[in-house]
Amino acid sequence: MRRRTEGLFTPRGWAGFLALGAILIVAVPLLNALPAGAALQLPDYLVPLLGKYACYALLALALDLVWGYAGILSLGHGAFFALGGYAMGMYLMRQIGTRGVYRDPILPDFMVFLNWKYLPWYWYGFDHFAFAVAMVVLVPGVLAFVFGWFAFRSRVTGVYLSIITQALTYALWLAFFRNDMGFGGNNGLTDFKDLLGFDLHAASTRRGLYIASVVALGLGYLACRFITRSKLGRLLLALRDAESRVRFLGYSVDHAKLFTFTVSAVLAGVAGALYVPQVGIINPSEFSPGNSIEIAIWVAVGGRGTLVGAVIGAVVVNFAKTWLTGSMPEAWLFVLGALFILVTLAFPRGILGLWGQLGFKPPRPPAAAVPGEEGAP
Amino acid sequence: MMRLMLFVLSALLALAPLPGVARAAEDADLKTLVDQLASDDFDSKIASIRALGALGDGRAIPVLKALEDGALYTTADHKLVVAEPADDKFKLYDPVDHAGLGEATEDAIEKVRVNNRMRGEIDAALGSLTLFSSSASDRLAAAQEALRHPLAERAEGLQKAYAAERDSQVKPALALALAAARLRSGDKEQRLAAIGLLGSSTDPQVRGLLLDLRGATDDPDIKRAIDAALGSIDFRLRLIGIAVTLFEGLSLGSILLLAAIGLAITFGVMGVINMAHGEMIMLGAYTTFVVQQLFRAFLPPQWIDAYLVAAVPAAFLVTGAVGVALERGIIRFLYGRSLETLLATWGVSLVLQQLVRTVFGAPNKEVSNPSWMTGGFELVGGVTITWNRIVILVFCFIVLGVLALVLRRTTLGLHMRAVTQNREMSAAMGIRTAMVDALTFGLGSGIAGMAGVALSQIGNVSPNLGTIYIVDSFMVVVFGGVGSLFGTLAGAMTLGIVNKLLEPISGAVLGKVVVLVAIILFIQKRPRGLFALKGRAAES
Amino acid sequence: MTPGAAPETLLYLDGVSVSFDGFKALNNLSLLVERGEIRSVIGPNGAGKTTMMDVITGKTRPDSGTVLFDGDHDLTRLDEAAIANLGIGRKFQKPTVFENLTVFENLELAQKCPRGILRTLAAALPGRQRHEIAETIRMIGLAGRERAVAGALSHGQKQWLEIGMLLIQDQRLLLLDEPVAGMTDRETEATAELVLSLAGARTVVVVEHDMEFVRSLNTRVTVLHEGSVLADGSIDFVQNQPAVIEVYLGR
Repeated sequence: MRRRTEGLFTPRGWAGFLALGAILIVAVPLLNALPAGAALQLPDYLVPLLGKYACYALLALALDLVWGYAGILSLGHGAFFALGGYAMGMYLMRQIGTRGVYRDPILPDFMVFLNWKYLPWYWYGFDHFAFAVAMVVLVPGVLAFVFGWFAFRSRVTGVYLSIITQALTYALWLAFFRNDMGFGGNNGLTDFKDLLGFDLHAASTRRGLYIASVVALGLGYLACRFITRSKLGRLLLALRDAESRVRFLGYSVDHAKLFTFTVSAVLAGVAGALYVPQVGIINPSEFSPGNSIEIAIWVAVGGRGTLVGAVIGAVVVNFAKTWLTGSMPEAWLFVLGALFILVTLAFPRGILGLWGQLGFKPPRPPAAAVPGEEGAP
Repeated sequence: MMRLMLFVLSALLALAPLPGVARAAEDADLKTLVDQLASDDFDSKIASIRALGALGDGRAIPVLKALEDGALYTTADHKLVVAEPADDKFKLYDPVDHAGLGEATEDAIEKVRVNNRMRGEIDAALGSLTLFSSSASDRLAAAQEALRHPLAERAEGLQKAYAAERDSQVKPALALALAAARLRSGDKEQRLAAIGLLGSSTDPQVRGLLLDLRGATDDPDIKRAIDAALGSIDFRLRLIGIAVTLFEGLSLGSILLLAAIGLAITFGVMGVINMAHGEMIMLGAYTTFVVQQLFRAFLPPQWIDAYLVAAVPAAFLVTGAVGVALERGIIRFLYGRSLETLLATWGVSLVLQQLVRTVFGAPNKEVSNPSWMTGGFELVGGVTITWNRIVILVFCFIVLGVLALVLRRTTLGLHMRAVTQNREMSAAMGIRTAMVDALTFGLGSGIAGMAGVALSQIGNVSPNLGTIYIVDSFMVVVFGGVGSLFGTLAGAMTLGIVNKLLEPISGAVLGKVVVLVAIILFIQKRPRGLFALKGRAAES
Repeated sequence: MTPGAAPETLLYLDGVSVSFDGFKALNNLSLLVERGEIRSVIGPNGAGKTTMMDVITGKTRPDSGTVLFDGDHDLTRLDEAAIANLGIGRKFQKPTVFENLTVFENLELAQKCPRGILRTLAAALPGRQRHEIAETIRMIGLAGRERAVAGALSHGQKQWLEIGMLLIQDQRLLLLDEPVAGMTDRETEATAELVLSLAGARTVVVVEHDMEFVRSLNTRVTVLHEGSVLADGSIDFVQNQPAVIEVYLGR
């Protein structure tokens, strides 16, 4: 009789997960919809901010999947995030149509400004939402697949791999900076008007985007949990620490890494796509090498290899960033730098590790159900 | 027979004083022409200006210049003088030899008037006459000018100047100018000869001239000659282009090398990924700035050029100290965990950048080249090679040499190599591994500081100077092979030259992208880089 | 018909040489192992025993020579995973279990089943397989410790876990590199029994230093020295060869 011996959650786990999801999805929009001036009203600017945090959390999840489980410290995940963002941005640009400054129905403003006469071929199709969504998934996915194919096959690991992922995002950064690439150059894509007909500046649209982000985060979490709790997840843990031994067992380590890396890139791309309509702009700085390194610190602060830690870390660090850059801007970089140093030196297991030291066990993929309990021989 | 010889002899004798006579005649000519400038008639003035130009006597230059500047006057008795204001009177001088001629009041002299047509003629005449000026550099400039705007009419003057020329630099320039002038004049033989001569030039202007001529003629012989000349010019230009690209590539390579060598030590020798390496470079550049300011503030001005000499050891010590502190404070706790080291040092880099921003401010700081590094020298083909790049190139090799010496010949170097190859064994033999670690890291950082000194001379000094070079430095180390100084050298130079080769084709940015992609692909073939250390020890 | 294709021959090495930076680890090594056989390989340190295993399992590519498995499978052209999937399993000198996974999970991963990534992702664990794992756990004496993290086991227990992983892989050729290193006498005896029980259905090549263990296996012995075969025969025959005595005891 074949059945999966473990589900994603125990029934209690499901209850907790869905409850938390419900609260996040319902409470925030509800509080925002209260009339302005009411005591509990959630200010409008907070909604896209929280949505942004959700996108960052999804991005952190993606990195934790490859880093915490497969041991691949990708310092280029910002590239996948940005590519997904650009795909969405291109759709949004096409939606502007004649409402742009130059009122050209086809060409975005920056192209008119550059005296371009025709839309470049790689912009075709982006006036359809479905196509844009497909690109959000395919572009980061295919890039990750190709990159991973070459990198993993040549058995580049560890620090070398990390440096090469940095080079990847650096190269893309340089490329997207150029005006003649047709992606808006260093100004990027901005001034979006609406998405699927919904005005991006309307509060209801923002609430909708927030909900979408939280739902995406939830689904992404479930997907990662599915992978990490499967036999593949155990395989990833094995190859993280003893790669060649796994080869001797007959598994294709390269394929395992490739699969995980590609899935992770797609998740990052989706995060980027939801991020862009909420912040209203996408520019090449998203490709900057520093951004990708920051994602690693979100995961490390929360506790890598736990999935939940990634979400926590992303929210905590970005919240600190929002707060500090608002009140003490010069201090933020000091704090961020100190975070890097402290987390690696003193708190390698992050927040969840600290929590664990206080008595709570940090979650790890539990063993497959043991037959000894089902009637011992 | 005798009578013939007598006749010839007497004729010779009669002609003998001719040079002197000619001179005297020339003097007379010059004087006449100059005096003619005093006339009221514009046409005769123009004629005399032209004649003075064609005369080829350099002494006419000051006269014409004075005329152009409005300093030529006539006296009441129609004598031509140069008048310079002195208090409320005018001092008078002979226009040719500047001999004093006394003074006059303003109403006693009348300015020689010049109109625009005259000005044009004066310029042309001066142009021709400068060929005979007493200053060699003036003559050279005139010859080059004549090459750029060749006129058939000036061929004669150029011919004269060429014949009289002794200077080894000016003479070939005159030859070219003459050939250019002859292009459109003279008979076919002369023109073909001129084309052949021009083919030996490397001046792109000449190339343009020949192209124009080719378009203007139907003669197949001339066309062929021009093609041959063009071919030889193009070939030479290409060679120069390659040499220039090579030099620029080496120059870029030397900068990359300086930036990467420190990293090669800390990464290659110690296995530590130091993301704050770029900031060591930056700190070196800022140290240079501070030293410059100190020199300016406290030392007499003639010492200012020496600030760079003081900056090099200063930067080494400052960044070396920071490196040692970094190693003792953070890195030694993370040995063996390269990913954690990467993240921790990234944090340090953020802190250092922000620190510098807070102390010095975000905008660029001005660091100027000392005078012995400014300027450059010109190669044929109008290409300038700047001194500062040459100095940096030399400096880079000196640093590399000293480092190789330290690693191979000194006890410290031996200890460093021992500790990296087998830590436990080294400790068991009594080597103080902790100190060696700290000093090695300090050495690597110190060299990065010196790279910063070099970079301050050719670029901006700003807090994010380090971020510009960190990726390139890593690429050099990864490509060149970890653990090998020679590999770093090869890697840096190769990447520098490849970058420069690609630049004209794809632009600087895209070129960089191509290089990065190529390195990623290269790593597939040789994951350990060009000159990796082989064997089990290096595999860890 | 090539020698490697003879039906009794499972493993065929001919003229295999491997150099590391000038040092010849294997020097024209030729060896033949028959199906169902148990072969002991002995030799002083540096004789090339581990390198030979590396070559067979695909970790090291030989500079020259032929390595054939089960007919005409050329092992020099395959990578580790492919060779493992052909049916060759290896137990390493140092126990290399997955320290951060439990005993159960170690065996689960080693268990013989489709190795494709997507299949692994979707893999459920049917009853038959779970029982096989339980059986193996019992056989290696770790009953009751299924949920113990492998890193927490003792050295001997790790060795046995690794042997268990090898068994559950159900491989045709087992390469055991010093399987009893660090074991107690009792454990050594038990290991000998286990190895002997495998003969026939599987082929085993054992590399060992422990002469008691080799003696108790009582099989054909091959002596390696400086990368090639020095002597070959029963343990008594081999131990009385002057060349072998010289190599082991020196002059």
